[in-house]
Amino acid sequence: MGHIIINSVSKEYRNRRKEIRKKNNCETPYKSTIPVLDNINLEINDGEMVCILGPSGCGKSTLLRIIAGFEQASSGSIIIDGACVEQPSSNNIFVFQDNGLLPWMTVWENVELGLRNMKDARSRAEKVAEQIEIVELEGFEYHYPHQLSGGMQRRTELARALAVNPNVTIMDEPFSGLDFMTHMKMREEVVNMHNFTGKTTLVVTHDIDDALIMGDRIVVMDGRPATVQLNLQLDFPRPRDFQKIPELNKLRKQIFLMQGVSYAV
Amino acid sequence: MHSNNQKTHKWWDRWPFLLTVLAFAMLLLAWDLLARFSGWSAQVFPGPIPVFISLGELITNGTLLKHTVASLFRITVGFYLAVLLGLPLGILLGRHKTFNALCNPIIQFLRPISPIAWIPLAMLWFGIGDQPAIFLIFLSSFFPLVVSTTISVNSINPVFFQVAANFNFTRLETITKIIIPAITPATITAFRISLSIAWLVVVAAEMIAVRSGLGYLILDSRNALQMDYVMAGMIVIGFIGLLLDFIMRRMGRIESTSWYRLEI
Repeated sequence: MGHIIINSVSKEYRNRRKEIRKKNNCETPYKSTIPVLDNINLEINDGEMVCILGPSGCGKSTLLRIIAGFEQASSGSIIIDGACVEQPSSNNIFVFQDNGLLPWMTVWENVELGLRNMKDARSRAEKVAEQIEIVELEGFEYHYPHQLSGGMQRRTELARALAVNPNVTIMDEPFSGLDFMTHMKMREEVVNMHNFTGKTTLVVTHDIDDALIMGDRIVVMDGRPATVQLNLQLDFPRPRDFQKIPELNKLRKQIFLMQGVSYAV
Repeated sequence: MHSNNQKTHKWWDRWPFLLTVLAFAMLLLAWDLLARFSGWSAQVFPGPIPVFISLGELITNGTLLKHTVASLFRITVGFYLAVLLGLPLGILLGRHKTFNALCNPIIQFLRPISPIAWIPLAMLWFGIGDQPAIFLIFLSSFFPLVVSTTISVNSINPVFFQVAANFNFTRLETITKIIIPAITPATITAFRISLSIAWLVVVAAEMIAVRSGLGYLILDSRNALQMDYVMAGMIVIGFIGLLLDFIMRRMGRIESTSWYRLEI
């Protein structure tokens, strides 16, 4: 379970800038729509960890939101385990960039969200406690999100997602806004989580290193509208080390060059 | 730069409450001096001493209690009705675009009409008694509550609704677990504002349609040319208004809104 087919998905937004252009007597030809994604085709196998790389604003988050069912593709379709995605479902949990936790609920209540329909109160409580233990937040069960650090908030959201044991976990920039050490720890956490559950995980990131360290596969998106520029299987065992796997360095250089950055880091 | 930790030893920093007492004492003094030296007779402009004596009379003979209870009863019923009808309507308006486009112009049109302007119709429809006053209080709180609820529902972070959809929330769960907690802090503020408006209106409403309540006490005393009773009534109105506001402010500190206060 967790097999995703992205079938020639395109997305365009309505251009709402017509009035502004009129006011400013803009001469360039007016387009009624802004294309964001152009004919994206991908197949993601069950249990794969796929990292989608690309510069900010290239449409990778839009693609994720379409996969999660929050938005509809303008054309094409998303098929998960043989069924077309039309609306969000708890089979595919989306982990938000930040602020995805409900601020009026404690850590416990947030993690319990996906389990609220479990009839047996005791096994439900056990499950919640287990998830909180996995992300090492014991002792913070009755804290509100604003009382936690950024990293702890992300871990809570991770626990909330994993509590429902989704077939697909979709993460939109899960490490953005975290300090360096927390970023590294979270990355490790996500990798461990994936090893543990073995479920399909999609991670959007703009950090090349994240993608190379984590991904079973990396997908590079770029352009306006965005297309898939590179779709590459990485068959290196995890944990990965740039020092020990020279291919990773080569790939890093290659992706840097693809994005127009002459590799000097 | 001065340090914020610098200790000040001014007495008003230590007992800010005394400043309030001082302000009121000054007000009483000014009032007393004005009454003594304005040249108006004590019948027209009584000073604080006769007014407080009259207030004592009103308290001891039970008149004040009767009128206060009558006013509070009306404001309670009218306000609860406004909350019961206004909050659901506000949530509906905030969530439902078509419904909003349909109803909002009507609400925006009715909203600026002062509840006082409804008095003739209210008396005609409901006669004399509690109902017209309750109706006016309802009107005065209903529109502010609807509008503020709509705005606060509209401004809920859309991510929360996506979370709700992602975890397969039912429509009812979305209301009870997302919308209501999200709007609670703003709604308590709205309660506070609309309750103070309602308290303004109850006095006006009681001047026309009923034979009890603090508004009636003032009007009746004026007809009897007893300005000391009029002023005693005003003092009680101010005091109860303060008390209601204090209660609403306390409500703003309940546990379920702590996330909001600490976050912002």
